Amino acid sequence: MKNTRYAKQAIFLGASIVIGFIIIFMDSKFFTSIPFLGYLIGMLFLLLALTPLGKGVKGSHSWLNLGILTFQPGELMKFFTALSIAKFLSLQEVNFSTLKHRLICAGFAVIPAFIIIMQNETGLALVYFSFFLAMYREGLPNIVLIVIFSIMTLAIATLLLPKNILFILLTIGALIFLYLVRRKLRRSKEILILVASIWGFGVLFSQVLVPLTFKNVLQAHHIDRIYSLIGQDVPEAYIKLNKSGKKIKTGTSDYNVRQSKIAIASGGIFGKGFLNGTQTQYNWVPEQGTDFIFCTIGEQFGFFGSLLLLGIYSVFLLRIVHIAERQRSQFSRIYAYCIAGILFFHLVINIGMTIGLAPVIGIPLPLISYGGTSLLTFAVMIFVLIRLDADRQMVLR
Amino acid sequence: MADFTQNRSNYIRILFVAIPLVLVLRLLFLQVFGAGGYKDAAIGQAVYIKKIFPPRGIIFDRNNKVLMNNSVVYDLVAEPNKMGTDFDTAFLCKMIKVSVSDFDKQIKRQILKHGAWQKVFTVYKNLSPVSVARLQENLFDFNGIDLIEHSERNFTEHCGGNFVGYINEISASQLEQEQFASYQKGDYIGITGIERQYEEVLRGQPGVQYLLRDVKQKIQGPYKDGSKDSAAIPGKTLQLYIDAKLQKLAEDMLANKLGSAIAIDPSTGGILAFASGPSFNPDLLTGTDKSKNLGNMLVDATKPLFNRAIKANYPPGSTFKPITALVALNEGVITPSFGMGCGGGYYSCGRRIGCTHSGGGHAANLSLAIANSCNSYFCHIFRLAIDGPKNANTHIGLQRWHHYMNEFGLGHPIGIDIPSEDGGNIPDSNYFNRIYNNSWNSCNMAIMGMGQGEVLMTPLQMANSICIIANRGYYYIPHFVKAIGGDSTDARLAKYRQKQVVANIPDSAYNAVGYGMQAVVDQGTGKIARIPGIEVCAKTGTAQNERLIMGKRVKLQNHSMFVAYAPRINPKIAVAVCIENAGYGATWAGPIASLLIEQYLTDTISAKRLYLKKKMDEAKIIPNYTYILDSLEKQAAKERELMKRMPKDSLKILNKMKEQIQRKMTPLWLNIILENTI
Repeated sequence: MKNTRYAKQAIFLGASIVIGFIIIFMDSKFFTSIPFLGYLIGMLFLLLALTPLGKGVKGSHSWLNLGILTFQPGELMKFFTALSIAKFLSLQEVNFSTLKHRLICAGFAVIPAFIIIMQNETGLALVYFSFFLAMYREGLPNIVLIVIFSIMTLAIATLLLPKNILFILLTIGALIFLYLVRRKLRRSKEILILVASIWGFGVLFSQVLVPLTFKNVLQAHHIDRIYSLIGQDVPEAYIKLNKSGKKIKTGTSDYNVRQSKIAIASGGIFGKGFLNGTQTQYNWVPEQGTDFIFCTIGEQFGFFGSLLLLGIYSVFLLRIVHIAERQRSQFSRIYAYCIAGILFFHLVINIGMTIGLAPVIGIPLPLISYGGTSLLTFAVMIFVLIRLDADRQMVLR
Repeated sequence: MADFTQNRSNYIRILFVAIPLVLVLRLLFLQVFGAGGYKDAAIGQAVYIKKIFPPRGIIFDRNNKVLMNNSVVYDLVAEPNKMGTDFDTAFLCKMIKVSVSDFDKQIKRQILKHGAWQKVFTVYKNLSPVSVARLQENLFDFNGIDLIEHSERNFTEHCGGNFVGYINEISASQLEQEQFASYQKGDYIGITGIERQYEEVLRGQPGVQYLLRDVKQKIQGPYKDGSKDSAAIPGKTLQLYIDAKLQKLAEDMLANKLGSAIAIDPSTGGILAFASGPSFNPDLLTGTDKSKNLGNMLVDATKPLFNRAIKANYPPGSTFKPITALVALNEGVITPSFGMGCGGGYYSCGRRIGCTHSGGGHAANLSLAIANSCNSYFCHIFRLAIDGPKNANTHIGLQRWHHYMNEFGLGHPIGIDIPSEDGGNIPDSNYFNRIYNNSWNSCNMAIMGMGQGEVLMTPLQMANSICIIANRGYYYIPHFVKAIGGDSTDARLAKYRQKQVVANIPDSAYNAVGYGMQAVVDQGTGKIARIPGIEVCAKTGTAQNERLIMGKRVKLQNHSMFVAYAPRINPKIAVAVCIENAGYGATWAGPIASLLIEQYLTDTISAKRLYLKKKMDEAKIIPNYTYILDSLEKQAAKERELMKRMPKDSLKILNKMKEQIQRKMTPLWLNIILENTI
């Protein structure tokens, strides 16, 4: 089975190059004209995957079987979402400083993500939040980021601290803040309302929303991964039972990460040499062709190999930013940032999860992991960027 | 639209460098500094460290006959975590011919015993060769099942169990000790005898093989082409002084008897035969049922595992008389021609000390006194020696006598090369001060001169004292091992090559005693030991045997003792035989000793004396009260244990119960004992 993988991946590599050339010989205007249509077709495929046409792989329903080829519409959709966001924000009538347009723009990313979550492929869905990078570049106000960051802090605190203590802490925090601004308070009651509503949200979030999400929305393996990331055991209340009343066993992700860490760590400074990795060569690391492919590099080429790989990625990302900033057309710029965001998110989460810094959400390492759809999508996205860059003096709309 | 947020591209650039740097930092800790121990975890997972057990050293007898070698056996080891749901337990059990329920039970028992955190359990030990062959073919079908090879000891001559000892898996408490730091769980270690004493030479050095294995536990080949492997160094061979034929003869004759027989080559101190009765088949100490056999033997009333040859303390009886004579001669209180009249008892100390002979000049000189074993004579010369003119008073006389005994290797362990040797007992003036409240004289201890009273000796000490007499004044510490790995100059044996000179007693004294001991065989109490063509020197002994049983001093059957050496000129063998509760020394111990001498010196037993051998082989001399005493002892031990556990207020109730039981029991068991004694 392993041997046929080389051949398959080689075929997809060939196909990617062919498609790349086709893209390079196409007209840039083509890409400004298809986004919304592509987005609609992509959405159609996404929804089709939920029907019996979809193919279940390991509990996820994100695959679509079209007879001649099987692919993940969610991967393809990243490309169309990038194009659509770029197209939408570069429209003359769109003003990104208005809340309405901001919400529409976010909707482009969030709606497919939501469908993908329904397909049970949370990892892929999370990738769609990388489009906020492009939105940030285009002027998403800092307050949004502060809010998002605060919510994340609150979420982690909710997981780490017992409910009651968190409630007391929130209340004390609010009271201290009110005491500090007590003089302003006399002049305007708005601050009081603001603080009260933030406090109310915090309490609601930690006491109701998070427990509800954990109990009803997330699945056993998600909960497991989230808690293993912050180094805690899953609390009694969130342990899911299967039909026969037994605890659902998830443990595997923990095993994967442990094996992955062992493999990478055992590579040492210079690595064990090409094809000499004991941990990967003898299948100790599961999923080492796809999600955990970084182990192979870490083990065989050691710290310096890993450093080189990360360096190349970093330079690659900076190059994309450089390209983005030299575009005359806003469309091309936003598109470039979208691509950079996606690549960055994949890179950080994928490598992070192999060394225990990120939750294990199965997303591939761009251009390296085994997988046809993934390779093709990244190839298409990058070639389109190259094509657009070729016309950087044009104003594309 | 104007680009107001261009500066944000710089923040994004920083992000694209900073976050990968965080990853790099983490990798640095993981890969370079080995944080979290992940770096080393690969060894032991993909790299399987296989320990290669070296064959344990082989043990030869003096004629290069193999006494003990190794045979390869296999243990079945299971790792329950790896045994998936599709594990075919029924098939496995069919191949090793056990029931499925037994297999489950064994695994559960092992888990209970070692705790569930241990992953690998030894389920069955020493599988039969057929099971092993069948299982090896199908081993790869069973995940989590492995066969561990190790060697098992094998008594090729089926003799020598009591001094070779046995090996066992090292215990948890031993593993915690520093001296066993080089051992790991599952290693075998000598528990008793030579196996324990010479553990470090017999063990050899385990080798290590580094192998690569995949996630399914299949071995994929050597790690780094075997460059880190180390070969196992086999244990060194041991050559003993033991003569396998003689040893077997001794063991055969000690079957169904409590006692021991030791034969030593006086010129080297090498032990030629070493048997402790009741003899047992040494094969019980190896193989599958080893622990069961050991358990059975431990609770056996006859205590076959109690190594009587070095651990039993007997009053030496008349076999002690030659030593008394040597001391008296050296002290100058008698000459070989010293004689006295004995009318069947010794009355000088106010009470009668009986003598089996009366009149007839049976103690007319030293030689005759030894030959006829006159009690009066030796009580008298013992008193003469410690009251002698060289000593200012009896206290000093006794201390000097104590010093003599020390020189003879008595009163302390001699230092044989197997563990747990006992030292016997030689009382000193402190002892008598204590029990006689500082007021005592030579009369209080006159019977020590004839080997009774407080003097206690182990059979090994008896044999060694005969070596001293045979050698005329020196001995080598008795020992088994002649050469380690073919090298007789090994430093471990230096102690045994050193001549131990005793008290500088002149040869003339030894000659006189020697003539007396020859007379024992020629005309005295030990005629049974006469071997045509060989000048045998011997001394019989009939040791009175009293025991304190539940507070009462009870006289039990006498022990039969016999010591001998031969030939008189250039002695080649010295023998000491003790048979408990067997009566006269000449009746049981004598024939055994003389047969051992004959076998060793002539390499055969003459047809005329085969009847003796047959008689010795067949006799069963284990009095019934042995069992009764044993059960009483066990009862007492049980009660002691019970008392320890009881809360204090229940002690009274228990004592009352005990009294009641005793009142009922006493007449019964006392009767039985008395019946047997008479």
